[in-house]
Amino acid sequence: MSSDVEHPGKGFDPKRRKALQDLARHATGATAAGAMLAGLAAQQSSALPAKTLRPPGALPEHEFLAACVRCGLCVRACPYKTLKLAEIGDGPAIGTPYFVARDVPCEMCDDIPCVKACPTGALAKGLTEIDKAKMGVASLVGRETCLNMLGLRCDVCYRVCPAIDKAITLERTHNLRTGKHAVFEPFVHADACTGCGKCEKSCVLEVAAIKVLPVALARGEGGAHYKLGWEEKKKAGQELVPGLIDLPDRMPEVPK
Amino acid sequence: MSAVRSPGMAARLQHGFVTANFWLLARRLAQLGFFLVFASGAWFGLWIAKGTLSSSLTLDVLPLTDPLILLQGLAARHLPASSALIGAGIVTAAYAILGGRLYCSWVCPINPVTDLAAWTRRKLQITTDWKVKPETRLWMLGLVIAAAAATGTIAYELINPITTLYRGLLFGASWGFASIALIFLLDVFVAKNGWCGHVCPVGAFYGLLNTTGVVRVSAAGRVRCDDCMDCYAVCPEMHVISPALKGERAGAGPVIASIDCTACGRCVDVCPERVFRFTHRFDQRVDPSDGTAQETAKANVGVAA
Repeated sequence: MSSDVEHPGKGFDPKRRKALQDLARHATGATAAGAMLAGLAAQQSSALPAKTLRPPGALPEHEFLAACVRCGLCVRACPYKTLKLAEIGDGPAIGTPYFVARDVPCEMCDDIPCVKACPTGALAKGLTEIDKAKMGVASLVGRETCLNMLGLRCDVCYRVCPAIDKAITLERTHNLRTGKHAVFEPFVHADACTGCGKCEKSCVLEVAAIKVLPVALARGEGGAHYKLGWEEKKKAGQELVPGLIDLPDRMPEVPK
Repeated sequence: MSAVRSPGMAARLQHGFVTANFWLLARRLAQLGFFLVFASGAWFGLWIAKGTLSSSLTLDVLPLTDPLILLQGLAARHLPASSALIGAGIVTAAYAILGGRLYCSWVCPINPVTDLAAWTRRKLQITTDWKVKPETRLWMLGLVIAAAAATGTIAYELINPITTLYRGLLFGASWGFASIALIFLLDVFVAKNGWCGHVCPVGAFYGLLNTTGVVRVSAAGRVRCDDCMDCYAVCPEMHVISPALKGERAGAGPVIASIDCTACGRCVDVCPERVFRFTHRFDQRVDPSDGTAQETAKANVGVAA
């Protein structure tokens, strides 16, 4: 090696050079490793499949992943072995608790032991009445295969619902196929549904016609500025625009 | 070339198997014991501790939470409930008082794996070593916190081999075993004491808690050291030994003060001259250099056995 390479110039300090190189090496390595970890975390946190439900009281998914330490204390507290910790490939972020309603639904314990067991509040302590849980919302997604919709009286999802006649009601409509019978449609009221999954578990079909979906997937939502005129009218106790003239509706003309 | 010296053999021949492996056996029992308080419930229904090393509840009263995982949660902007805060406080206080890296050698389930890897290296006489800087683990610690902050999730818990292994054994997930195999291969073929000594951010964190711990190893009998190098051969953090063992001329005390020392006690075991012993941070006594040295050595044997 020629000497001018070893002594490249005035002010060259081998120690400083070495320190800078080490710093650069570590910074590069740490950034690369950090990027991989962050990438994995991003992939994992977007990976909650619709059929996997979080335990009662679970914070919204992005907050849940900041709070859950994957200790499994909720799993241990669950008397019905509903909850499991996710393994790689299960869908939810590795190590986090979930359940699949069609396998084992939530039995909605009155004392909510899973929430009590959670050390970090990933299952929010504010949930003290299980009826207010929002693990998901049941949805009759298989309307064409549901036996009730076909005019039969299965009614199983309605009967097993812990909030019978509040979360699921049977709405009577005409049976257009026979022309003379009634259809008793299982109708889910999202505000009363806890997403426990007992309806999905007990659906008699090979593939459940009623499924619990994450709230965000199951429900439509109007814009924040949308108002329902008749509700506003009730709140105001009077016409919203007093003195507005209701013009006659234009009806189709009857052919002569 | 003469036969390769097998570290610990001299101690075993002179002092017997038990004395030459006393602290190793004690640590294996401790590691197994910490695991069994969880496993007795998960496997046999006899509940002592529930949860994993990330957070647990012992006998339904004692909450314990890993402070590093709690820190990641804070970095991800979640303020944990009181149970986790109390649990992390207890763990932090206990390790700050006793010595942070006791976690590494007495509790962590990865330690037997990397110990086995180090043993394998010695037996196969593997000398290839990718030199990783000791401060790399501090960078790893920083990136783990940064990843939590950047993603808003406790990102490292996706891959943390410690909790993954506990979860795997207690909750029946198999993913843990793949990462354990990777760590073993890393330590055998790529870098000597690679994972625990250079990469693991949990070890780096507990190292920071190791500055005040009272449980220490002392080279109190350093006057008897005959430079057989057995302690260096078995020490997972061999740079911690010299300042104490060879510090007499520099006026340094006999206590191994480095925060990297895991107080595993393997040096105590393998030293045929019984130079090392477990003691507390403030014990600056050294064995005298006169004829009583041999007797003190014998006394140390008695203590260890």
